[in-house]
Amino acid sequence: MSSGYHVNHLRELEAESIFILREVAAQFENPVLLFSGGKDSILMAYLARKAFYPARIPFPLLHIDTGHNFPETLEFRDQLVEDYGARLIVGSVQAAIDNKELVEEKGYNASRNYLQTHVLLDSLEKGKYDAALGGGRRDEEKARAKERFFSHRDEFGQWDPKNQRPELWNLFNGKKQYGEHFRVFPISNWTELDVWQYLSMENVPLPSLYFAHKRKVIRRDGTLLADCDYIPKKPTETVEEMMVRCRTIGDMTCTGVWESEATTVEEIIQEVATARQTERGGRTDDKRSETAMEDRKKQGYF
Amino acid sequence: MSEQHTELLRFSTAGSVDDGKSTLIGRLLYDSKSIFEDQYETIRETTARRGEEGVNLALLTDGLKAEREQGITIDVAYRYFATPRRKFIIADTPGHIQYTRNMVTGASTANVALILIDARHGIVEQTRRHAFIASLLQIPHLVVCINKMDLVDHSEEVYEKIKEEFSEFSYKLDVKDVHFIPISALNGDNVVDKSTNMDWYGGSTLLYYLENVHIGSDDNFIDCRFPVQFVVRPNTDEFHDYRGYAGRVAGGVFKKGDKVMVLPSGFTSEITKIDTFDGELEEAFPPMSVTLLLKDDIDVSRGDMIVRENNIPEVSQDLELMICWFHDKPLQARGKYGIKHTTQDARCVIKEIRYKLDINTLHRNEEDTEIGMNDIARIVIRTTKPLFTDIYRRNRNTGSIILIDEQTNETVAAGMVI
Repeated sequence: MSSGYHVNHLRELEAESIFILREVAAQFENPVLLFSGGKDSILMAYLARKAFYPARIPFPLLHIDTGHNFPETLEFRDQLVEDYGARLIVGSVQAAIDNKELVEEKGYNASRNYLQTHVLLDSLEKGKYDAALGGGRRDEEKARAKERFFSHRDEFGQWDPKNQRPELWNLFNGKKQYGEHFRVFPISNWTELDVWQYLSMENVPLPSLYFAHKRKVIRRDGTLLADCDYIPKKPTETVEEMMVRCRTIGDMTCTGVWESEATTVEEIIQEVATARQTERGGRTDDKRSETAMEDRKKQGYF
Repeated sequence: MSEQHTELLRFSTAGSVDDGKSTLIGRLLYDSKSIFEDQYETIRETTARRGEEGVNLALLTDGLKAEREQGITIDVAYRYFATPRRKFIIADTPGHIQYTRNMVTGASTANVALILIDARHGIVEQTRRHAFIASLLQIPHLVVCINKMDLVDHSEEVYEKIKEEFSEFSYKLDVKDVHFIPISALNGDNVVDKSTNMDWYGGSTLLYYLENVHIGSDDNFIDCRFPVQFVVRPNTDEFHDYRGYAGRVAGGVFKKGDKVMVLPSGFTSEITKIDTFDGELEEAFPPMSVTLLLKDDIDVSRGDMIVRENNIPEVSQDLELMICWFHDKPLQARGKYGIKHTTQDARCVIKEIRYKLDINTLHRNEEDTEIGMNDIARIVIRTTKPLFTDIYRRNRNTGSIILIDEQTNETVAAGMVI
């Protein structure tokens, strides 16, 4: 009698993520959903809307604004917040620099990526959030492959990869001491291709940056970077104009863009299915050392 | 808006340090074109820097710094690849003796257990342990890969001997579906492509097996179980009186109009609507996440379970469990622990430790009740409130629990209802 009952892999991933989102709402007093404006956090917000339908998402979205965002990202964010009737909280890196809490990196490859961690932890502490939902996926990066759905953080926000709670069946242990919090990753089991296939299947609106468009770029260490005021150019570097798109969306200073002709989600899926580089391959922040991601995660980065 | 027909299959791998498990996973990823150029470049460079030859595919799966330094896998790592037929999630677990807990973790959600045997050494202690854990965790399918066939001259005789030896001890275990494949992960024989070195083998390759093994009956579609996870109350003008019970179907098929009972209250009602963001459904079954609406305004909250009147689970405060202990601090006889079961939280006291199981010999030692890290034991507990359970063998969702240390909040044991 069982043969007629099955769901495809995208529906199974969806059901799993919705289950996790509901567990977070049930197990924690004050959760928050980290929203970067990238496709993974757009997917998260979309799944959260499904999980609690017809009620509104029972927790706010938190955006850590580095001040180096693509303008398209902010525009898209504000529209989404309005459409979903969600609550948005912004943690500002620029404000922390202005208040002299942080000192900006200098040089050609200066990035505010590292400063984000400080503002993130600060925002979590100020808002007394006990669970921060993130769109991290295990297929993204080797240190993330070992991440739990419910990832415990000590009172300093640090991750201890060698001492993680075992996670079995659908039983998620979110118990914690006062002052500790959890990072929760509902889309852990999705791959880049799954995300695109799902967004396509569901016709989810996406920022224009993901689609091929004409843009002025500079070439640096094998990566194409969007030309902008935040990136000081070396004397030898010249600006070219070409058709590009983003595979991930982060800061303008460290998000590489890719030469692409893909202007629709279907064309992006084609491109992703045949891609020979990982999506984070264009992230200069991951390239600082072989364990760059693991080191940042231990400090509290997402 | 095209719905794809790709199924999801989860499998766990376990192997000893040198039996080539990481190489096999690397091979599956590489031959199915799931490795990207930049990943390949990174491991090629790392291999060269270490002064090793070629490309060490094992480096792909060893994610943490400590692991790469020591050349071992210390935690469960999840890997992904897909073919047009299926998407695969691999729970890659280390094979060292001290890491039984990781194997149990990886096995808990798997449809298939992949066991690797080095053809030169045959069945070793770890093989028995892996097979036992697969049976304890009720992984529905077992595929035994006899690896390094290239080092035994691709000998059919060696393969048959190991197969026979495995069957001799596995008949004592509770495994239903066992399949054997002779492979060479290093050379790729019978992994993705059929080997030309073993014409005597008429069976399928590993990938073909993984793509085709029937997993449609792995979930329980008979006993209706719906643990309530969250009560949805919009409190808006549009949905003023809406009260929905959100959750994931843990067993059976729920249909609109079904007469149901809510545990523990015992109140009965009828399903008026199976709701989702995408609209109403006629029926819901595992592993779907839905929201049920009932005809009567009865008190239902998180931790309650919606079932069919004529098929209810065991409602009891006394449970008999097989457990795997995960913590340095041993199990305290008569100790108190937190317990999680479906969406219920409770406390429990350890009433009795019946025996410790030697997982190599399957000997039940009733004298030894000192249960430490990685030990398997049969125990009896009493909970502070009734839990609604099925035996684990019948339903992995409603037959599983975890125990939590009340001081540290750490998960200290996994348990299966017997």
